[in-house]
Amino acid sequence: MSVATENLTGQVDVLDQLESQMTISMGPQHPSTHGVLRLELVLDGELVIKAVPDIGYLHTGMEKLFEYKKYQQGIVITDRMDYLNPLGNNLVYVMAAEKLLQLEIPERAQVVRVLMCELQRIASHMVWLGTHCLDIGAMSAFFYCFRQREKILNLIEAVSGGRLTPSYFRIGGLMMDLPAGFERRVKQFLDDFPAALDELNTLVSGNTLWQSRTQGIGIISPEDAIDWGLTGPCLRGSGIDLDLRRHNPYSGYETYDFEVPVELDCDVWARFRVRMREMRESYKIVRQAIDRLKPGPTKADAPKIVLPDRDDMRKHMDSLIHHFLIVAEGFNVPTGEVYQAIEASKGELGVYMKSNGGPKPERVHFRGPSFVNLQALPVMSEGEMVADVVAIIGSLDIVLGEIDR
Amino acid sequence: MNTEVLHEFVNKLKEENSAWVVDVKDALGEVTAIVPCESIVDVCWVLKTTHGFDLLADLCGADRGVEEDPRFEVNYHLFSTKHHNRLRLKVLLTEDEPNVKSVVSVWKTANWLERETYDLVGVNFEGHPDLRRILLPSDFDGHALRKDYPLRGYEPYSLT
Repeated sequence: MSVATENLTGQVDVLDQLESQMTISMGPQHPSTHGVLRLELVLDGELVIKAVPDIGYLHTGMEKLFEYKKYQQGIVITDRMDYLNPLGNNLVYVMAAEKLLQLEIPERAQVVRVLMCELQRIASHMVWLGTHCLDIGAMSAFFYCFRQREKILNLIEAVSGGRLTPSYFRIGGLMMDLPAGFERRVKQFLDDFPAALDELNTLVSGNTLWQSRTQGIGIISPEDAIDWGLTGPCLRGSGIDLDLRRHNPYSGYETYDFEVPVELDCDVWARFRVRMREMRESYKIVRQAIDRLKPGPTKADAPKIVLPDRDDMRKHMDSLIHHFLIVAEGFNVPTGEVYQAIEASKGELGVYMKSNGGPKPERVHFRGPSFVNLQALPVMSEGEMVADVVAIIGSLDIVLGEIDR
Repeated sequence: MNTEVLHEFVNKLKEENSAWVVDVKDALGEVTAIVPCESIVDVCWVLKTTHGFDLLADLCGADRGVEEDPRFEVNYHLFSTKHHNRLRLKVLLTEDEPNVKSVVSVWKTANWLERETYDLVGVNFEGHPDLRRILLPSDFDGHALRKDYPLRGYEPYSLT
């Protein structure tokens, strides 16, 4: 065999490979990647051979920043991680600090925390549903979802002044008590919500196009799901009954009556069903929480840690001194380390907090559910069509702010 | 919180091999077992297969301070989807040899978490299938979460 033919066959092989396989870069500006996620896809025709997520485009060094900010200053940083579920981020951060400080949180503050977190969960799921539908090509559901979300954001704005960055939960309780007439506004929202959810269900769930785009797509077995560390609706969509609100309860969740929806299909449809059912459970929890609201303190009795009320500051010298010291110097947190996890809208949101006794944490590490769930994307999408990758990303419900931190 | 259950798990580990657990800490309702760095994979494997800790909830590294010896630590937060307990394993690493064996063979989820720890703290995970930076660019200099790394970096980083 001559050298020439050898070269030729080599070239043909390369050409063959070029014709059958293609590497394309999906993102970081692709609209269905929910932010700045880049996927390197190796395709054979429309078939995905390999998918490699590339992240870090939104990295802002938050974990480094925590080490340079006082404990109470860190709360505002957490808002900016998972910007669809900021109250969940606030909650896990303040709970970790409260665990280190061993603070006792008053009943009313706990109820308000549950109430606001469940409202936030509905808002987060509404964004998920709207964008998931938009990705797959159903545009109208997006508007219905964002109308509901808007109502919840108005409620969050009423209590905290911020729509996307509330920083409402503080170490030791709440920023301030609920505004007058808040219960009435929540009840108004709750009265309309089941009908809105039914409307969405008929709009999306019953749609055969929707079903054929989601059923049997992006399958991950229960064993794989645990091995890849999936949590939240993604894990429950694979038939594992795990909800930290039920199994590691916090903020008094053990006293609420709600179900943990579990679906056995392991596909995009199952994860979709879990979230749809979860919204109804959140609605139930909000109803119970609003009935439980009793007048009482919303801040822990720890004057050296919790900011005093404005009224107290005008009347009491010691309140003024405490206020000055907390703002200017912060408060010392006893040496120790904790890992606190909550069931956020996307899964287990955990924070590892380590204190060296000073007013600033030594190390804060966030275990973002989006970060861990995204890792399983290659397993779910390899062997599927390229159009299904969009559906699978939607079903994972990722937020890049939390992945990159 | 009652931590007796967690101590039982640690005691079973000690029974299996007394060298596996150097020290046990119980604080704030959480139990930490300090494990020598050479046996972390074995300990994780036993905890996963025989004691039901099937979910690696979190893995994170920390710099304990420039003067500290050992300087680095890696924390493994284990969780069980069966009995819903949490256990923390801790590995201490010296500044000169920040090397620990990778647990990707035990839990696949450790892959990105170890890459993140390598990227930000500079812990080297031996046997990791794909140990490269994940959050910072590949040509980034240093490890940002080390205590001696300045908050604003050594020089303005250019993306071009």
